[in-house]
Amino acid sequence: MTEATQTSTDLADLFPGVATRDERPGYTGAIVPADQLIDFARTLRDTHGYDYLSSVTGVDYLPEDKMEVVYHAFRSAGGPAAVFRTQVSRADPVVPSLVPIYPGADLQEREAWDLLGIRFAGHPDLRRILMWEGFAGHPLRKDWQETYYEEDGKPYKNRWPDGQVYRIEDKQPVGQNATFPEAFDPERWIPETETALYAGLARGGNGGNGHAIDTDTIVVNLGPQHPSTHGVFRMVASIEGETIIDLKPVMGYLHRNHEKIGERNTFLMNMPFTDRLDYFCSMGNNFGYALAVEKLMGIRPPERAEYIRVIMAELTRIVNHLATIGFLLNDLGAFFTPVIYAFGERELILDVFEATSGSRMMCNYFRFGGLARDLPEGVLEQIRELVFERLPRRIDEIDAFLTNNEIVRNRCIGVGVLTRDQALALSAAGPMLRASGVPYDVRRADPYGIYDRFDFDVPVRSNGDIYDRYLIRIDEMRQSLRILQQAVRDIPDGEIQTGKPQYQVRVPAGESYGRVENPKGELGYYVVSTGKPNPWRYHVRAPSFINLTGLGLMCRGHKVADVVAILGSIDIVLGEVDR
Amino acid sequence: MPDELEKGIPIPPELLNTVAVTTLDKVYGWSRRNSVWPMMFGLACCGIEMIATATSRYDFSRFGMEVMRPSPRQSDLMIVSGTVTKKMVPQIVRLYNQMPEPKYVMAMGACASGGGPFKEGYNVVSGIDKYIPVDVYVPGCPPTPQALLHGLMKVQEKIDGESVRTVRWYRPELSEARPIPVLGPDIFDPRDVETLKNPPSPPEAAEAEAVSS
Repeated sequence: MTEATQTSTDLADLFPGVATRDERPGYTGAIVPADQLIDFARTLRDTHGYDYLSSVTGVDYLPEDKMEVVYHAFRSAGGPAAVFRTQVSRADPVVPSLVPIYPGADLQEREAWDLLGIRFAGHPDLRRILMWEGFAGHPLRKDWQETYYEEDGKPYKNRWPDGQVYRIEDKQPVGQNATFPEAFDPERWIPETETALYAGLARGGNGGNGHAIDTDTIVVNLGPQHPSTHGVFRMVASIEGETIIDLKPVMGYLHRNHEKIGERNTFLMNMPFTDRLDYFCSMGNNFGYALAVEKLMGIRPPERAEYIRVIMAELTRIVNHLATIGFLLNDLGAFFTPVIYAFGERELILDVFEATSGSRMMCNYFRFGGLARDLPEGVLEQIRELVFERLPRRIDEIDAFLTNNEIVRNRCIGVGVLTRDQALALSAAGPMLRASGVPYDVRRADPYGIYDRFDFDVPVRSNGDIYDRYLIRIDEMRQSLRILQQAVRDIPDGEIQTGKPQYQVRVPAGESYGRVENPKGELGYYVVSTGKPNPWRYHVRAPSFINLTGLGLMCRGHKVADVVAILGSIDIVLGEVDR
Repeated sequence: MPDELEKGIPIPPELLNTVAVTTLDKVYGWSRRNSVWPMMFGLACCGIEMIATATSRYDFSRFGMEVMRPSPRQSDLMIVSGTVTKKMVPQIVRLYNQMPEPKYVMAMGACASGGGPFKEGYNVVSGIDKYIPVDVYVPGCPPTPQALLHGLMKVQEKIDGESVRTVRWYRPELSEARPIPVLGPDIFDPRDVETLKNPPSPPEAAEAEAVSS
């Protein structure tokens, strides 16, 4: 907290006359006028070294009639955030786009346009991203009400304490979750959901691909129902022969309104929803959200809880990396056998999760200031057996089978390269960033929990291709085992919850940004509280979503079959991409 | 009826271990129930549990279901495994229409069955059964692999109960394709156009309000 306050002072002092300190209680950082934003950001990046833009999001301050865009930038060398924001009127919110300075803002600005209606002047491709083109309204605006709207915040009066429950769809005209503007005529509606997408796709030259045979550029859709896309992701590619000319990701097929629901929920009610973001890593998702709210509340969990949190987060990392390697091999053509090996180990870790939290996948285990319950008897021995005996051997086995496999090497080395500078500029996170030669790991760069106590290395590779991303994951599993071995050795007895467990927590007004190094990259939660039981703004900085910013860049010039492998190496989960 | 048939046809003693008598329905059901090919189609979290069901510990190949087909043209069973969003539902209906008969649909998990925890969302469909017919619902969020296996066995039971004389895919009349929903300012079903042009007043909204407060 003190560190964050320090940076906010800095920003206002570093840019006298441009940045003004944010004086609202509980807020940090500086306010920058919209017309000076680009110059400010350029100086911040070039002179002050904040070369990594982590999160961009908007907040609708309806009572003040303001729309705010919040930026969190970091130094790739480590350290706390530079938080800056710009405020515009709600009626016509226009903010200059930061894509020329930080290309990683691309998808995030599109999301803010889609959900909040903030127009980013100068954005190269400002289309809707999660909803479809033609959808009425910008759903995250505070005055926009969904069809099944009941009240602004939960718990709803008709359910609690002794209300009469009714089915909300019984109140709808057609009995479904849809509302239409007054003037809408369904018979005259011409869907234009795809027009801008196809128009924006780069085509090849005049049919020549540099070879003897002339080919036409054709447009190919991969997905949303395609076995290689790991869910309901879609890629639109223009190809010449087998070569990718341009490729655009299309998402939103699993957009389940996490943030809108999250702003109606009470703070604690969001915990089970975070499980469903990156459904491989529910423990890690819990961790980030708990951190963000604990920062606002000013509490810390007791010692034993901190250790259990680290154990669970690192087990999650192993689960995720095992699955990723399995699916990557799937995408390379080794269909399902590696996945069966990976899921075999995953099941053993899920047994640990099930014993501690009651659920295999959706753990809902963390609480503000602690955990839902202590480890049951025997689980620690189970974990000990796994991290000292079984998993090290299994990871060695996977390494021995796959790393020097000729097909894996041929398909992966030199394909889908993201250089160091590109990775930083595109705000890539996690294994993708480290495979490109940036030793940035939130556990080291900006330690949270008790990660500063453990002895571990941050693996880095320098080529930035698929192969390095694969190797990084093997390395990281080994480092996770090191952390786990220390944590299991040192875990103390004691309480697992600070204060009494509460259903309704009191969160003071203010904002906080909690971030963790999730297996897929930096997972951040931006939470704004007004002191009410429900968060005013609840935003998730999802690593797999932002890692997709570089997908088109990585794929151009490669073959169609490589696209599948490149996507597999990014390691996306659609629950998190679309939220 | 089949049992009577088996009892009623005498088999000569010298053929007792060689010849078996059964009904066509039984053979038809037996061969279909043990080769239900699901579509490789994971929507969300439930899809991961579906993959877990395919791996060694749960292993649904024991039921002849390991051949997951990425193409709807080759699949018998659509496992709708996860949250159905408005943006995705036109594709799901299209996939359903592309599946050849006989076809079955399983709504796996709370979201596919009725919207689940995300039901109130503006982009979420309250259950896939608003658009395509569902044969088996599997509760859970996500259902455990055991629950999914139970659901798959229910599909097998359903197949067992069908008779070659009455199934719809041998009927002379053509089965019609399901209308594909359209993405307008919000999603609408082409069948609802008339209702949308003359919307009825929300049924009993005022009354429900009164009761709740």
